[in-house]
Amino acid sequence: MAADHQKLRVATTSLAGCFGCHMSLLDIDERLLELLERIELDRSPLTDVKRVGPCDLGIVEGGLCNAENVHVLREFRRNCRVLLAIGACAVNGGLPAQRNHLDVRDCLQTVYLTGAGIRRGFIPNDPELPLPLDRVHPLHDVVKVDYFLPGCPPPADAIWKFLNDLLAGRTPTLGHGLIHYD
Amino acid sequence: MEPAADAHDPRTFTMDGRDVPFEAGQTVLRAALAAGRYVPHLCYHPEFDPHGSCKLCTVKLNGRTVASCTTLARAGDEVESDTPELQELRRNLVQFLFVEGNHFCPSCERSGSCTLQAVAYDLGVMAEHFSPFFPDRPIDASHPDVLLDFNRCILCELCVRASAEVDGKHVFALSGRGAQKHLIVNAESGRLADTRLAVEDKAMDVCPVGVILRKRRGFLVPIGERKYDQRSIREIATANAGSSARPPAAREP
Repeated sequence: MAADHQKLRVATTSLAGCFGCHMSLLDIDERLLELLERIELDRSPLTDVKRVGPCDLGIVEGGLCNAENVHVLREFRRNCRVLLAIGACAVNGGLPAQRNHLDVRDCLQTVYLTGAGIRRGFIPNDPELPLPLDRVHPLHDVVKVDYFLPGCPPPADAIWKFLNDLLAGRTPTLGHGLIHYD
Repeated sequence: MEPAADAHDPRTFTMDGRDVPFEAGQTVLRAALAAGRYVPHLCYHPEFDPHGSCKLCTVKLNGRTVASCTTLARAGDEVESDTPELQELRRNLVQFLFVEGNHFCPSCERSGSCTLQAVAYDLGVMAEHFSPFFPDRPIDASHPDVLLDFNRCILCELCVRASAEVDGKHVFALSGRGAQKHLIVNAESGRLADTRLAVEDKAMDVCPVGVILRKRRGFLVPIGERKYDQRSIREIATANAGSSARPPAAREP
């Protein structure tokens, strides 16, 4: 158990993302075992822990499309010494941001009221639902982000290289073939 | 650019401390590329006169910043190019271009063959750093064979130059000033279908980003096998150093 105190504590979350970056993290395959020798997970979809505690590293997938995303991101920033934005959506808004030139009300009306095949539609308004933002934002629009790992998703090998550099205390670098925006 | 009479008289300037030979009338950028020294650039194209607008090829020449694509090489000049300061400035210029347009690479047909993307990879641009503008820009799908996606235009004017100088059709132009500057189609209706653009035109070949796209060709070459997937732009740009042969045709959608 003593070794556990040497482990870095890592939290992960997916905001306005598709969990594709988390899937790509899992794609490091058997290297996960090696990784788990060196880190322990805090809040993450992999642990189902709901609140983030003090961590060494926070890995955030997805951009900010609603008020809850902003809340969770700020909690991560408060609790994590180092914050990593992973994937196109966290880095620049990505796919969800493709709605940014449209009016939110028009979007909601089209999707829930006037779209093809909708009868007796209504715009969901349960108080538990977080309110959508007028525009989707990348993470660095709201908090200081320490590192960015682009890609949709970043290749597993890029994630592995990046995390190894970070855990070893080096500035992460990706050469040709690992850095991808698509 | 006509070589002068003493074109074969070898002369040199230094770039980052190493000698670069040049021929009379050659620009700093041309001489550097011919010598296998890569200087990042976007609006420069070997078949056209230098444009000097993207400023990515900016170097320090005897301590002064100049665009290397428009500056004639002179014997004895001292040029700095691959320095942390200049690379950081280049990264910022590329980041400006990304935030000013809508560059959503995961959905772009040109991804992997895009010069802007390849230059950004080479510079190690991991994020846009600035706040994205998310401008509202149209697409023009009116032409039967060509799609125009204005979201990605970086105003290099290569299509403007190709259409005017090679094709003789003047299909494209820039309009507006400053932040309002944008690419337009030279037709009364403003629609590409009402121009004489044809898929064989030079203007179809020169777009460094994903604005001018041939319809029904987008994914003929799969992601992973595209121009800059195999080799970096730095390798490709300097592959023919020392010879006058054209680089081998790369597979592009």
